[in-house]
Amino acid sequence: MDLFLQLTLAGLAIGSIYSCVALAVVMIYQATDHFNFAQGEMAMFSTYVAWTLVGLGAPVWLAFLLAVGISFLAGVVIERVIVKPVENAPVLNQVIVFIGLLVIFNAAAGWIWEFTIKPFPSLFPEDLGFKSTLIGPHHLGVIALTLGVLALVFAFFRFTRVGLAMRAAAANPDSARLVGISVGWMLALGWGLAASIGAVGGILVAPIVYLEPNMMAGVLLYGFAGALLGGVSSPGGAVLGGLVVGVLENWVGQYVPGGSELKLTFALILIVGVLVFKPAGLFGRVVVRRV
Amino acid sequence: MAFLEVRGLQAYYRQTQALFGVDFALDEGSITAILGANGAGKTTTLRAICRMVRTEGEVVFDGQDLSGLSTERVVGLGIAHVPEGRGTFVRQSVEENLALGAYTRRDRAAVAADMESVYGYFPRLGERRRQQAGTLSGGEQQMLAIGRALMLRPKLMLLDEPSFGLAPLIVQEIYQIMARIREREGTSMLLVEQNASIALELADHAYLLETGRVVMGGESSLLRDDEDVRRSYLGY
Repeated sequence: MDLFLQLTLAGLAIGSIYSCVALAVVMIYQATDHFNFAQGEMAMFSTYVAWTLVGLGAPVWLAFLLAVGISFLAGVVIERVIVKPVENAPVLNQVIVFIGLLVIFNAAAGWIWEFTIKPFPSLFPEDLGFKSTLIGPHHLGVIALTLGVLALVFAFFRFTRVGLAMRAAAANPDSARLVGISVGWMLALGWGLAASIGAVGGILVAPIVYLEPNMMAGVLLYGFAGALLGGVSSPGGAVLGGLVVGVLENWVGQYVPGGSELKLTFALILIVGVLVFKPAGLFGRVVVRRV
Repeated sequence: MAFLEVRGLQAYYRQTQALFGVDFALDEGSITAILGANGAGKTTTLRAICRMVRTEGEVVFDGQDLSGLSTERVVGLGIAHVPEGRGTFVRQSVEENLALGAYTRRDRAAVAADMESVYGYFPRLGERRRQQAGTLSGGEQQMLAIGRALMLRPKLMLLDEPSFGLAPLIVQEIYQIMARIREREGTSMLLVEQNASIALELADHAYLLETGRVVMGGESSLLRDDEDVRRSYLGY
């Protein structure tokens, strides 16, 4: 029973990181109708920025906040400079741009910081004042921090004027312009937010998977699986999907014979399975187009 | 100079020209109707004023040249557009739709008061304020579109076929409310309609558009009494 609880709690912790990535992906998807394949590599790059700041002597929390802020600005700039020019281009062109971004960030990180694996400090102290055999301090901190961040993001979209404008711009750009919303800037803001949320995920996962340029490849895949499972049209669903994927991944690793080798395969099976049997995901809307 | 002055307005969708030099003017506080058949360029005229299509020619609003401005800036000047198809934010609530209409305004207290006054004009919206806007009926969505435009406290409202696809009784109701809005708020309106008879009843002036050109214009009564207009657009 203890093992089961341990697995589940650890799954929730890693799953909440997938949730961050899934939410970032869904935010961009809602505004542009495309998956940002570079979301993971952007988060990886943000994590390297945090690592560099720590190396320069910054306290790890300050490095975290600075990296999240820098990621926001970088996200805005990427949208304005790279994504906006292909806004009206055919789908394939846009996908190629996203994949190009992925490769660029991956190569740039390797070039700047080398491909050697680096340890990354946890944001949370080893000693939390109590001991638990069920969950480690980092995992507990991850759950608390990500849930806090996600709650903030939802409150922002739900209760603020700019949050409402961003939702409106994503859902109905023409109408949004007609009430005076600058749709282009809302998109850029969305990219900034998504980059920040991704950075949170990257910095939290780095102490677990260690820092290296390919560290987000698996995480992004699980994030995609979570987003698809919850429904790409539902941010809340994506968050829940990420948690579910994290927990299932751990269960599969433990209870399915040979499962520890099959974790990533499981994510792929989940992706294919959702796309084939329930393309809208658990909470997504079925989109019907008139032709 | 008139409140809104349009001179030699041409508009293009990519290579296709839709307006070929449209001229008209609108006085402050008045209602002007643009009539015409399908494809005459009525919607394009409104979209051209809001800078949603590529244009040549001059549009001057309240002494300011609109060419070169973005749509958002035009809205910021106090021009509210009730678009073709109503432009409902379907996943947002009625209340959020109205809040979006006031997006460019900072005077929170007045916005809240205006929301109540919109519910005064359209009690049915008030009853459904928390409802998802996509679930409203066509007539209610049209009311919501007008309400959203009112939330801007517009100096000029552009209305694109408010009667479109609605039952005659609902059309009557909406036009009565538009008349009341003009009476109370003094809002200028530029109205585009295929339903010529009801538009001519409300409007002070009217212009007739055919294939992207103004072929006739003047007081509403002038068009109403014109033999050709009566036969082609009023149908009696």
